Amino acid sequence: MKPEETVAAGRPDRSGAPGAWLIRGARLVDPAAGVDAVCDLLLRDGQVAAVGAAAAAAAGGAQSVDAGGLWLLPGLVDLHVHLREPGQEGKETIASGTRAAAAGGVTTLVAMPNTVPATDSVAIVELVRSMARSQGVVHVLPSAAVTKGRMGAELSEIGDLARAGVVLFTDDGDGVANPELMRRALEYGAMFGVLLMQHCEDKALSNDGVMNEGLVSLRLGLRGWPKAAEAAMAARDIVLAEATGGRVHFGHLSGRQSLELVRSAKARGLRVSAETAPHFFALSDAWLSEHPYDTNGKMNPPLGGEDDRLAVIAAIKDGTLDCIATDHAPHGSLDKAVEFDKAAFGIVGLETSLALTLDCLVHAGHIDAPRAVQLLSARPAELLGLKGIKGTLAPGADADLCLVYPQESWTVDPEAFQSRSRNTPFGGRRLKGRVKRTMVAGRWVYEDGKGILA
Amino acid sequence: MKRLARKDLLDLESVQPDEIRLILDQAAAFREVALRPVKKVPALRGKTVINLFFEPSTRTATSFHLAAQRLSADVLDIKVADSSVKKGETLLDTVATFEAMDLSVLIMRTSHAGSPALVAGHSKASIVNAGDGMHEHPTQGLLDLFTLRQRFGRLEGLEVAVVGDVLHSRVARSDVWGLLKMGASVRLCGPSTLCPASIQGLWPGGRVRVTHDLREALEGADAVQVLRIQLERLQRFLFPSTREYSRLYALTSERLAWAKPGCLVMHPGPMNRGLEISSGVADGPQSAITTQVANGVAVRMAVLYLLAGNDAEAA
Repeated sequence: MKPEETVAAGRPDRSGAPGAWLIRGARLVDPAAGVDAVCDLLLRDGQVAAVGAAAAAAAGGAQSVDAGGLWLLPGLVDLHVHLREPGQEGKETIASGTRAAAAGGVTTLVAMPNTVPATDSVAIVELVRSMARSQGVVHVLPSAAVTKGRMGAELSEIGDLARAGVVLFTDDGDGVANPELMRRALEYGAMFGVLLMQHCEDKALSNDGVMNEGLVSLRLGLRGWPKAAEAAMAARDIVLAEATGGRVHFGHLSGRQSLELVRSAKARGLRVSAETAPHFFALSDAWLSEHPYDTNGKMNPPLGGEDDRLAVIAAIKDGTLDCIATDHAPHGSLDKAVEFDKAAFGIVGLETSLALTLDCLVHAGHIDAPRAVQLLSARPAELLGLKGIKGTLAPGADADLCLVYPQESWTVDPEAFQSRSRNTPFGGRRLKGRVKRTMVAGRWVYEDGKGILA
Repeated sequence: MKRLARKDLLDLESVQPDEIRLILDQAAAFREVALRPVKKVPALRGKTVINLFFEPSTRTATSFHLAAQRLSADVLDIKVADSSVKKGETLLDTVATFEAMDLSVLIMRTSHAGSPALVAGHSKASIVNAGDGMHEHPTQGLLDLFTLRQRFGRLEGLEVAVVGDVLHSRVARSDVWGLLKMGASVRLCGPSTLCPASIQGLWPGGRVRVTHDLREALEGADAVQVLRIQLERLQRFLFPSTREYSRLYALTSERLAWAKPGCLVMHPGPMNRGLEISSGVADGPQSAITTQVANGVAVRMAVLYLLAGNDAEAA
């Protein structure tokens, strides 16, 4: 399957032509095209038709949007989203999860395969895609499990799945523990050019830990999950990537040691990429010290120490980290209003990721707007093999975009989320930077104050 | 009457020195009750106290039960086998059920740190933590303070050694918080796997020291609290054998002589005789181990009374 076919397979179906739109006067931030300037953008038939002076000239018949003072970004591409359907529709559905994405400016997302049953066959991939077409609001790219049933014992039919357009494979939620199996997955996957995303956790080291091992875990009496558990598996996979020539992508990296390993692997020219999640640059385990036993502070990997948080920011700045992905992990009160030990890992993230990136990284002076777009859109699109189609607003690219008011401060209100779940540690937090409008395939799907338009 | 200005007793970390003094003074008054022929006061008459124990416990459950009975409360013991695999009613639903029966105090013992705090946030009843995982065991901490004050007449300036599996011990945490608040100093001692040097970071200020050398911990100590060694720690590679543990850390008569003369020996129980403490020491003249148990009832009476007592019916 060609990249554009892969994208089309998970695109929301809407009747009628998308029409034409001229967006005027926004600051267009499109690092993939080398653009960062106030200019017009013309969208026609679901694609970018023209940029700059050419846009207004070709805008005959187009509706016009005045976007002065706003930033115009290529729609965000999120490599790491748990949509929960099929199997756990009480937490999230393809409909609610893609609505949350639209509200957060995310126009393309990779759905994680830890569904029930696990997404390890073309049949389930097709099920997810068909639901995304009929009920989704943004593009959904289903990923598939590396191993059958995510059991870590046998390879899933990677070739069959790749031919059906699956571009990312992961057992996320669990790492691929067996080193030989990981070696073979890298070798075999390379034949099809797929991306293997590893959840880095050596379970003998993480040892049923429920939060970062450190002073806060000692104080609260909670079992510690040492960051060495993340780094140990990352180190192993870097060795295997070098030995096999395979390509490995590390999901949700959170610790200083693993980031140092990735930095040196990249310096040696290895085919390694990595993402982090917004909570790892926005919070440390000090949050649990301030909110003892609050299960909205429980995720896997856990919030690290302050040194880890600063290392994440440094790795974002120097390019060690390729992208920011949410690891959007919805859970209801049944799994969160319980003892900390028993609570499920994970937090929702789609509706706060852009705002956290702007607030904690851009407004805080760590990175500029083009770098933020690279992290949230251009680079993840490239990792998926969708360069030129997603992650940019150059002519010919898909008309996926968001308009952002960078200076607007707002208070995170989980009750107002489009997601079915409310599990976030950011409720009540003031953030600067807000999504105003989101467009998918040439249609407006979200507008601030109106909600989902699709 | 005096009352604690709090609904729950979840930990000693957040308890103020004045509150500790109030509890210890009240416990001293209740200690007298135990000497009467009729060991009862009406302070909790008409109130319902539930002992909700998710972990097996003889000493703490009995102690709380007797304390509530001696205060004339209606007391109910509920023992629940808890399994993280078995999914039934949630903890909050269980507690809501009790609360519908007009519960005054819920005493909780659980293997999950923070679950008394979770319940406290959702319940009008007073929650007393009777041990939550590796977090805290505040009434044990209080009865240890009571026992020390009884022996020395003060807590300020005491040097107390806590020896053993500090890392996994809720008793150690409550002891340290309580001792620091009352002006004592603490030496934490055990192998580096069970008593990591980093734990000192929880208590900056220099009054808590970590050492892996038992002699160093005992020299100049006024009292020593010996912690129970749990054999399941062996499976997690935390020490090589009970034999080696004993050789390095067991409190024997010879080693007790390293401490100050008359050094008080405490153990929260249940003891592994011959592993962390020799019988000679456990049963010897310096041992306060059974005194701790007796004091436990009085301290728990004081806690229950000061949290939930009837205004007009002081002891």
